[in-house]
Amino acid sequence: MSLPVATNSVARDTWTVFARAMRLSLRNPAWVVIGLTQPVLYILLFGPLLEPLSGQLGSGNAYQVFVPGILVQLGIFGALFVGFGLIAEWRAGVVESQRVTPASRTALLLGRVLRDVVVLLVQGTVLVLVSLPLGLRAPLVGVVLALALVALLGAAFSAVSYALALTLKSEDAFAPLLNAVVLPVLLLSGILLPMSLAPGWLQAVSDVNPLKHVVEGVRSLFDGSYTSATAWWGLGLTLAMAALGWWFGVRRFRRESS
Amino acid sequence: MIEARGLARTFRRRKQEVHAVTGVDLDVAAGEIVGFLGPNGAGKTTTLRMLTTLLTPTAGTATVAGCDLLADPVGVRRRIGYVSQSGSTQPEALAGEEVVDHGRLYGMSTADAVARGRRLFTELDLEGLWERKPKAMSGGQRRRLDIAMGLVHEPGLVFLDEPTTGLDPQARANLWEHVRGLREERGTTVFLTTHYLDEADALCDRILVIDRGAIVAEGTPDALKSRVGGDVLTVTAARADRAGELARLVAGLPGAEPPQVHGDRVVARVPHGGSALVQLVRELDAAGIGVVGVESRRPSLDDVFLGLTGRSLREEGAPAALPEPEGALQ
Repeated sequence: MSLPVATNSVARDTWTVFARAMRLSLRNPAWVVIGLTQPVLYILLFGPLLEPLSGQLGSGNAYQVFVPGILVQLGIFGALFVGFGLIAEWRAGVVESQRVTPASRTALLLGRVLRDVVVLLVQGTVLVLVSLPLGLRAPLVGVVLALALVALLGAAFSAVSYALALTLKSEDAFAPLLNAVVLPVLLLSGILLPMSLAPGWLQAVSDVNPLKHVVEGVRSLFDGSYTSATAWWGLGLTLAMAALGWWFGVRRFRRESS
Repeated sequence: MIEARGLARTFRRRKQEVHAVTGVDLDVAAGEIVGFLGPNGAGKTTTLRMLTTLLTPTAGTATVAGCDLLADPVGVRRRIGYVSQSGSTQPEALAGEEVVDHGRLYGMSTADAVARGRRLFTELDLEGLWERKPKAMSGGQRRRLDIAMGLVHEPGLVFLDEPTTGLDPQARANLWEHVRGLREERGTTVFLTTHYLDEADALCDRILVIDRGAIVAEGTPDALKSRVGGDVLTVTAARADRAGELARLVAGLPGAEPPQVHGDRVVARVPHGGSALVQLVRELDAAGIGVVGVESRRPSLDDVFLGLTGRSLREEGAPAALPEPEGALQ
């Protein structure tokens, strides 16, 4: 029997999985369009509501507060939903057929996560560009650092989403779980409005939500305060979540699928 | 090609231990087509998933394609092809791209994977479908595409899980041709599971019968059938009221087992169908009993299965050992 030359490596396998996933995403123009319009709609239709509140937000510019929030929202909630695609792939037998290949299990996860990160970065860039004519003022370095932080956050949540999808293997179980998690996390993170507007008890509750600190960290990057404690907290917590998400995801992809 | 000893798998379901496979010994030689026959829930898929590294056995050892299943699963994966019953391609992807990406995951270069994929499409009657989406293919085409996926890296050993389930008779016969071709044209060893007797009979050099997680018999289809002993004799009386007399005559044939009477039909197993038939016709003549049909047939694998397990393979409602774990859920 003829054996193929063994040229598997994590990097090469990751590239194969990434390129395949990216191609499938791009081939579905509906998704690309929805993925790009949604953040824009937030900016266009929700942003103006915040403009009169600028004074209370403690900033001269509502978009400087709002855009970082929407970026984090994209990073978390966009990524959390990628598991639906994996459930469909699992049902079609794709996950299993990839698992009988010698390809690295890490690559099967990493390739998909990288696709999600690229999609996220494109969405985030469009978001920032659209906000500029509306009045967003932020230093370029800050915006780039913020996008990097959001990409890391997105990678963490997309790994978690894939791990949960492979655990539950059913949209009917996955959807309610996401809904149960997403709403309270969203409301307690100060994504739409800063928690500084909240009464004391609500602020106290939101303090235990790591995502609130990530949002504030991204806001301080938009502010140009790169070395502030808030920025460091945001980075530290994001790294911690990325490590946890990665551990969970790899574990699930390695484990046998029974 | 495959050598397994005491392969077993226990699942834990709600704190209960379920013994899906209790200890399978099997040997498959290079170039053989071996069928794994058993009803749903017998442990076919679980055994297959262990041999293909998808499930870790809870006990036992195996060497698959020259690599130790437990010590070198990656080596096993590199050398085998697996065509699962749940498919292998994204409905929205292009067929050719799926095959090429699959080849790349086996370490092939894109150029090699394209060349090999194109050739497989020709061999498997998938010409012109390279840029077709699997969702727009017929069931038979999709199965052949799954097989192309499983063969892209030219494995010497291929596992096919229920390859023809859900196909129409024409597509099944066509797929059988392709499976035979695998062995004839490239000497591929094929290990397939099926719960269709005709499939095992038509396709396999050797059959392993599995029931309730253990192998209960093995041999060539003919050897298994001869184990049942003799042929099945069916005689239909011209008048139903004379079926009793007819049954007494049949019972008197040398070596005949007690006949069963179904209305005007009498069925009995006899050691030698041919000679029994001749003798019976003479006696019927002498007794003046009219018959409208006499038939002697070789036992089918269903008779074999019934003889081995006391259950018919066709009884889908038979108390299965346990629900087939994962993958059987469709």
